[in-house]
Amino acid sequence: MKMKKDLRGQTSNFLQNNLVPIMFIAICIVCYPLAGFSPSYLINEIVTRMGRNIFLILSLLIPIMAGMGLNFGMTLGAMAGQIALIFVTDWQIWGIPGVVLAMLLSIPLSALMGLMCGKLMNMVKGREMILGYMMNYFVGGLYQLVVLYMMGPIIPIKHASIRLPRGYGLRTTVNLTNLRQCLDNQFAIRVQGVKIPVLTFIIIGALCLFILWFRRTKLGQDMRAVGQDMEVARAAGIKVERTRIIAIIMSTVFAGFGQIIYLQNIGNFPTCTAHTQIGMFCIAALLVGGASVEKASIGNVFLGVILFHTMFIMAPRAGAAITGNAMIGEYFRVFVSYGVITLALIMYETKKRRARSQGGALLALAQKEGGVQS
Amino acid sequence: MDKSERLQQTRLSQLVNTFGLPRLIIAGFLLFLFIVAPIAGADLPTQITNVFNRFSWNAVLVLAMVPMVHSGCGLNFGIPLGILAGLLGATLSIEMGFTGALSFVMAILISTPFALLFGGGYGLLLNRIKGGEMMVATYVGFSSVSFMCIMWLMIPYKNPSIVMAYTGVGLRNVFSLENFYANVLSDFLKIDLNPIGINLVIPTGSLLFFALLAFGMWAFLHTKTGTAMTAVGSNPTFAKAAGINVDRIRMLSVILSTWLGAVGILIYQQGFGFVQLYTAPFYMAMPAVAAILIGGASVNKASVGNVIVGTILFQGLVTMTPTVMNALIHIDISEVVRIIVSNGMIVYALTRKTEGGK
Repeated sequence: MKMKKDLRGQTSNFLQNNLVPIMFIAICIVCYPLAGFSPSYLINEIVTRMGRNIFLILSLLIPIMAGMGLNFGMTLGAMAGQIALIFVTDWQIWGIPGVVLAMLLSIPLSALMGLMCGKLMNMVKGREMILGYMMNYFVGGLYQLVVLYMMGPIIPIKHASIRLPRGYGLRTTVNLTNLRQCLDNQFAIRVQGVKIPVLTFIIIGALCLFILWFRRTKLGQDMRAVGQDMEVARAAGIKVERTRIIAIIMSTVFAGFGQIIYLQNIGNFPTCTAHTQIGMFCIAALLVGGASVEKASIGNVFLGVILFHTMFIMAPRAGAAITGNAMIGEYFRVFVSYGVITLALIMYETKKRRARSQGGALLALAQKEGGVQS
Repeated sequence: MDKSERLQQTRLSQLVNTFGLPRLIIAGFLLFLFIVAPIAGADLPTQITNVFNRFSWNAVLVLAMVPMVHSGCGLNFGIPLGILAGLLGATLSIEMGFTGALSFVMAILISTPFALLFGGGYGLLLNRIKGGEMMVATYVGFSSVSFMCIMWLMIPYKNPSIVMAYTGVGLRNVFSLENFYANVLSDFLKIDLNPIGINLVIPTGSLLFFALLAFGMWAFLHTKTGTAMTAVGSNPTFAKAAGINVDRIRMLSVILSTWLGAVGILIYQQGFGFVQLYTAPFYMAMPAVAAILIGGASVNKASVGNVIVGTILFQGLVTMTPTVMNALIHIDISEVVRIIVSNGMIVYALTRKTEGGK
């Protein structure tokens, strides 16, 4: 009898914790026949998108470990990656050397932005997410200032293919034709019409291994301690502020790499707006995979990418099939991405509040008992 | 002599402290623009007219920030909810066939129940997540805007002047208010100095309407409920101990904010002359938030004065920078300046340590 009850408790717990992934699996199952894509096309698309996005999403894991929530400031790294790519394009260094050089160039930029973001986040503990989110827009403005006005006269950009003929500013699109899919095509294999970008997956695998290893190092343990309870960690002699800044710097640097991998797959990018939606889609994908604001694993990343992008590919076609208007599916997928983030944030905040009031109740109880004893 | 000098110095630093350095810089920059404008060849009265106009469009949206900041709910990044209520009011009023000034009155009346409904639900939600309002508010705004994108296509509107031209299904992205309520307020008692050779037009009606709402807000904040709201915002524990129903007051402030957002967008439309649907409300929260912060508000403190100063400074910056910059250096960096200033201001306000008891 008790076991049965236990089992039921477990199932409801499981349902509660995995509500979002289950919902998404349901959406995908409903959409699949309506969209009418062939399985090989669908799998091909999903594999491509996995190679494109997973690295970016993995960059979100470290700040979550350090208790800093979803790093909306990952866009800063994406901007650093884009600036590095602009330089590499200007110097006409192509192929894999170009990608590697862009990654190396992005490191100091990302680290600097991460440092700035981390310092500010230390000033607003508990409100890191809204700060990171606003930093996107602020640094986005600075990025536009650099790209549209300073590149040319102040920062030397020579090549006419990216610079505007008026002498300053870049063209609206930066073309990466000669970098296009250079990582993805290296060692790529085709299995029944599905192209598997082996090198990209090897890079992703390396980052996964790094994250797994990093969790066990001293610094990784410190981060988890800080994430659990800042005051306890401080009492244990951990430099809380420094650890948090390092977490954000690592995340920003990885986001920069991720953006370079993402853009080499696509092959060009709109100069001023390529980064704007990245944070939103990556965070939505991670949450769809069953992660929450305070807990996320590599498994969540993979599951999230697959589910989110399956929905993303199918929604417009399925929407058109149901309502006869493709725009509805288009808006639907945007709505779902925002909705998932909203839901996750609400769940996180209610949980946090409940935990706090429980803590208060426990403390009151302890004090009461103490009072009785004395 | 020495003493008075020192006194002056402390006064200056006091001014910097109370007014805030970024605000002083922005005010100084705006003053500089006003001085430079005639030298650069821009017509000053036209510029002042522009600032007046933009002020009258945006001021009510900025005013909508005040109640929620007062009750400690933080900056209302969820203002798109109110805007959606306003858009529903606008489209339904036109759909029902009202025209002219009546369509404006009806738009406000129709949007009110929606604003109460949305604000009520939003308030309930925010009461469950005290302390994390701003982030959730942002995303509640985003998801409701994208949800309404679907609705604008699905609700069976029929009026040919607002539905898509050839399919007849779904509303247009943008439609003109020419025959409806464009300029109904700003043409009321308009002061036009063009006949005597000065390009100065003052939209008296809009300014009066704002003054009415602003006075109402000021008066409300001095009633018993308004004082209770301030108490909840500055110290919820104390407010609770004083017997104030914290959740109810917060709910009231959210509903008030949402309703003001709805009225605010209608006033914006009557000045602008067009209704923008679909993704347009996405980024309407940022300018309003930035404006009130530039006016001297912080995350948990705001007054009607902040609204007026902030809207003038922010809109002045937005309208003056492009003309003056264009005339001076022939490079239009106004858009980038606007982005950096407004978002930089929000980041600055967030990092300041003015946390009330949460």
